[in-house]
Amino acid sequence: MKFTTEYLKEERSQEWREALRKSMKAKERTSMERIRMPEVDPNVRNKNNQEVNYGLKEEQALLESHRCLDCVDPTCIPGCPVNINIPKFIKKIEAKDFPGAATVLKETNALPAVCGRVCPQEVQCEVSCFYTRKLGKPAVAIGNLERFAADYERDSGRISVPVVEKSNGIKVGVIGSGPSGLAFAGDMIKLGYDVTVFEALHEIGGVLKYGIPEFRLPNTVVDVEIENLKKMGVNFRTNFIVGKTETMDDLKKVGFEAFFVGSGAGLPRFMNIPGENAIGIYSSNEYLTRINLMHAANPDYDTPIFSGKNVAVIGGGNTAMDSVRTAKRLGAERAMIIYRRSRTEMPARVEEVKHAEEEGIEFMNLHNPVAYFTDEKGRVTTVRVQKMELGEPDASGRRRPIPIEGSEFDIEVDTVVVAIGVSPNPLIPHMMPDLKVTDWGTIVVDKETMQTSIPWLFAGGDIVRGGATVILAMGDGRKAAEGMHRYLKEKVKKKS
Amino acid sequence: MNKILEKQFFSPDVAKMVLEAPEISKSRKAGHFVIIRIGEKGERIPLTIADADPDKGTITLVVQRVGVTSARFIALEPGDQVRDVVGPLGNPTHIEKAGTVLCAGGGVGVAPLLPIVEALKKAGNKVVTVLAARNKDLIILEEQMRTFSDEVIIMTDDGSYGEKGLVTHGMEKVINREKVDQAVVIGPAIMMKFAALTTKKYHIPTIASLNTIMVDGTGMCGACRVSVGGRTRFVCVDGPEFDAHQVDFDEMLKRLGAYKDQEREAYERYLKTVRS
Repeated sequence: MKFTTEYLKEERSQEWREALRKSMKAKERTSMERIRMPEVDPNVRNKNNQEVNYGLKEEQALLESHRCLDCVDPTCIPGCPVNINIPKFIKKIEAKDFPGAATVLKETNALPAVCGRVCPQEVQCEVSCFYTRKLGKPAVAIGNLERFAADYERDSGRISVPVVEKSNGIKVGVIGSGPSGLAFAGDMIKLGYDVTVFEALHEIGGVLKYGIPEFRLPNTVVDVEIENLKKMGVNFRTNFIVGKTETMDDLKKVGFEAFFVGSGAGLPRFMNIPGENAIGIYSSNEYLTRINLMHAANPDYDTPIFSGKNVAVIGGGNTAMDSVRTAKRLGAERAMIIYRRSRTEMPARVEEVKHAEEEGIEFMNLHNPVAYFTDEKGRVTTVRVQKMELGEPDASGRRRPIPIEGSEFDIEVDTVVVAIGVSPNPLIPHMMPDLKVTDWGTIVVDKETMQTSIPWLFAGGDIVRGGATVILAMGDGRKAAEGMHRYLKEKVKKKS
Repeated sequence: MNKILEKQFFSPDVAKMVLEAPEISKSRKAGHFVIIRIGEKGERIPLTIADADPDKGTITLVVQRVGVTSARFIALEPGDQVRDVVGPLGNPTHIEKAGTVLCAGGGVGVAPLLPIVEALKKAGNKVVTVLAARNKDLIILEEQMRTFSDEVIIMTDDGSYGEKGLVTHGMEKVINREKVDQAVVIGPAIMMKFAALTTKKYHIPTIASLNTIMVDGTGMCGACRVSVGGRTRFVCVDGPEFDAHQVDFDEMLKRLGAYKDQEREAYERYLKTVRS
């Protein structure tokens, strides 16, 4: 479903696009400053769950849209894992056709309001923007504009439901309702398949619900996008674990022809250091799930949580930032990141680190925990950390952290969140001995079609990648839809 | 949504609940558990499946009132709905013909022990079952246990029924009397700890079914982690059954009490709402 150069050229030469291009000189466009995303004051937002970014106002989005040059060769598009027709949607904004802009987004992206918020645009579309590449200026704010168009449509209450082809009656199953599964479902329903998404938890959305906090991605935003998929005809089954509640064989007997596995990176990793099973030490998955999915911080809900006065979060990724900023919002006096490398090597998005710093998060970079100590009840009281220095680059290309002997010291903590990554969820690989997996437990797929070693099984997202981003998972889902569509078309042909 | 079809109190604090769950009733095996959430604002708790009827499409859970969620659950009546039930989770019990198997159940742990006793008997084992509780009222499922056991020994702390003494006394009586090839212990963590120490003394391979705090039940959160043989394992996906001699029960006991204070406060708040 990638756009061909001819298609893009044809689209670009439409009258309305040409008129817009002529309406303003390129020089005028490039002399405009990038509009800054308005944010809630750090000292206000670190005490509540309000979304950090307000979103661009109509006039701000309009101004920003004028910066886009509608390039002959739009290098931003290949930078996008789901291949959004970026210049087209931005020019729709410039033409003040905001709902039209949203429609363009939804041609290739099942969850634009989500992506507009959580995509690392700075390393994807925006790094490939003409402004970044050739002018050395801040890129067109593609992500902020995407969010604007998607929000505008949602707030208008008139959400366009993408056109769905006539049903072909072929049943396909989706395992997991996270970003890859939802993207897959969106594409397959458009192609006319009978799509059912099976989710183990009681809510649809996967990591978008249990993982990413409200202040970065409000649940209502996710729900609207899921509602849209329902309107398109996607069936959802919560509390259903494929392989446990019913096996794939059971489901094949009732007519499912093929499955897409997007079960995510389930198992949290721990460091296996002394004291790590103390009370008050959470995996980031548990901490965030309690708060985001189970609403543990809300006294009306039954799930308990330790709010924590001194909270240490171990790790330097986006999940670590989400956890530490959550801890701050729950009232921590001291909320700190303990990370074994330096700021430069942090895998978290620059924006998230910046937001965390503004909110009063302490960063203890080049430190690593070596042991935990508890009180007599088993509750964590102390983390012993060791100072680190950077050596030669390792396999990841980042400089290897090396412990400095004798540099250990203790920090008082009452809550710890371990956010050092996840391993693939073993449920599906375990019950399918024929399925080819890597030494790390990720499912092996054909990179183009996302087909696994079992022809009727496709996979994508973290179960294949081991731990990546929402948008890469969605890109996988779209590729898998294309791959499965081709596979099923041939199968139907052979039968007839 | 899963409808409650039947409720029966074994004692004022322990009830058997039969729920509609057609898919789970067909796929569950001895040793499996489910996670339930009573209502929109409820927490997720694991409960081992005590019985299932695939023809009727039902599963049976036995619950003791210990906090808000269990209290809310057993306050529900037939016809009421449970918001979420998911499963079957965990690994099923490994059943084989071992010879003589000693099964020890404490408190509501007797409920998940029942399907295991049944399966062991059907696999051709001699099954001797020890049921233990604080007093007579808390001894449950005795009749059913007798159906599948070659012998049932009852132990109560206060001597109000069966013999007076702890579960370990009943177990040792059997061990001293005949050759025991395998043991299965299910009950409160403290009971399993001492039951495991007892069988360890006699080198009897023993499995324990652990019931820890869980959130998702699919390996995602790690709330249920326990040390087994010095390694951290997840009860939900690696268990719930482990070699009882390798389990660090002291750590497990501490972790089970993680939210004790919050749970007590929540329960007191709940009691006020029920009374008013």
